[in-house]
Amino acid sequence: MKYTYYPGCSLRGTGRAYEESLLAVFRELGLELEELDDWNCCGATTYMSYDEVQSYALAARNLSLATKTGNDLMAPCAACYLALHKAQYYVRDYPWIRQIVDHALDTIGLPRDISVKVRHPLDILLNDVGLDAIKTKVTHPLNGLKLATYYGCQIVRPYALFDDQRNPTSMDRLLEACGAKIVPYPLKTQCCGGSQKGTLPEVGLDRIGRLLAGAVRGGAEMIATVCPLCQFNLEAFEEEASNAHQFRIPILYFTQLLALAFGVPLKEAGIQRSFISIKPVLAEKEIAYA
Amino acid sequence: MELKRVVKFEAERDPAFADWISHTVGGERIRHCLQCGLCSGSCPLSLWMDYTPRRLLLLSREGFKEEALSSYTIWLCTSCYACTVECPKNIKVTDLMYALKARAIQERFYPKRFAIPELACAFSRMIRGSGRITESRLVLQVFFKTALWRLIGFSNLGVKLLRTGRLRFVRERVSRQNEVVALLNDVEATRKELAR
Repeated sequence: MKYTYYPGCSLRGTGRAYEESLLAVFRELGLELEELDDWNCCGATTYMSYDEVQSYALAARNLSLATKTGNDLMAPCAACYLALHKAQYYVRDYPWIRQIVDHALDTIGLPRDISVKVRHPLDILLNDVGLDAIKTKVTHPLNGLKLATYYGCQIVRPYALFDDQRNPTSMDRLLEACGAKIVPYPLKTQCCGGSQKGTLPEVGLDRIGRLLAGAVRGGAEMIATVCPLCQFNLEAFEEEASNAHQFRIPILYFTQLLALAFGVPLKEAGIQRSFISIKPVLAEKEIAYA
Repeated sequence: MELKRVVKFEAERDPAFADWISHTVGGERIRHCLQCGLCSGSCPLSLWMDYTPRRLLLLSREGFKEEALSSYTIWLCTSCYACTVECPKNIKVTDLMYALKARAIQERFYPKRFAIPELACAFSRMIRGSGRITESRLVLQVFFKTALWRLIGFSNLGVKLLRTGRLRFVRERVSRQNEVVALLNDVEATRKELAR
């Protein structure tokens, strides 16, 4: 199977480990990825605050380019995933937005067809690959490693496209198939505070502290994430947030955990980019790694 | 202590603003709002807000422009969409927040050096300039515009990011940037034409 790959800006910056581990996992599963030709920023949530219609046009350029390829478009970043979907829905639902976006696409010589299927890696791994195929790839099982699965906002809201909005379980099932144990985590879809740790520090830190404390209280030894901003917030400010709570647990991307279980060498899974070493936990759980 | 009149007279409202909000994307159903408060209850940030989302909706649709646009609420919203999902009347509350933010930016309804709108403006400038975001450069630009001294507090984090190869300063850009600029300009041109 072949997919068009839309990395998004964060996967080229703070979220590099997400891209590295994602590419490794897809390679192990024999899935082909082709990066979208000359993609631009999806607009994310920030551009929508500045100008919504312009942000739909930005997303539409990517969607039009992707539709031409004929393959599904994979967007691993939660903000990209939502922004691309939202543009498709609003161009469909609001004739005046369609008129503006169509005209803009005409002007730059791109087709108006933006109907490409936008997919999240969780969706692809669970529904195209399947748990059975995932299980056969596991060479270094996660030996009951206790994980809190943190989905964040934007892959389940506002659209429920492949999972439950209030209690998503796709990541739980994938990581269970690798031998992990998923701990109860009622905060799994609560917001991480987005960019607020930078703009309104006390507000952002309060969010981050609560999310970390909830995972630790549930018995998690690590937190698995699907969004570069969630991962960054929880990891980068864990020390600051833990003044009151005293915790220090690794925050990984779910693809890094899959890669570990598939026997991908740590470096290829971007593990060296973590602030908190995962080796003590791996040793404690007697988890072998390549 | 400062004495402030808390009830407004009918004549102090701005009916044009009320009309505007009900014609924004997501605002078309604002008149259906029951004031049930599910938006405020589901909002993880409402505990920091001066007006909760429920109150902000009412203020906006009744034309209290000053209150709505100068409220902290719109900037606290992180677009997590919990309110939009929970609203029993399918009001797209998150989109209303976007509309209010954009209007507040246009009419400069925010204090000088306030980081959130500055981030939105810097973000849009970077897209227009390069088509992609280089996170490190974006963050620096916002700090320069708002509170440079606060960068010191981030030096420790910066070192960690550098050490793990996650802080890159090379500018990310699309190769056909002229397309992105033409696209954005065309949106503006068509919108002006439609408004006429």
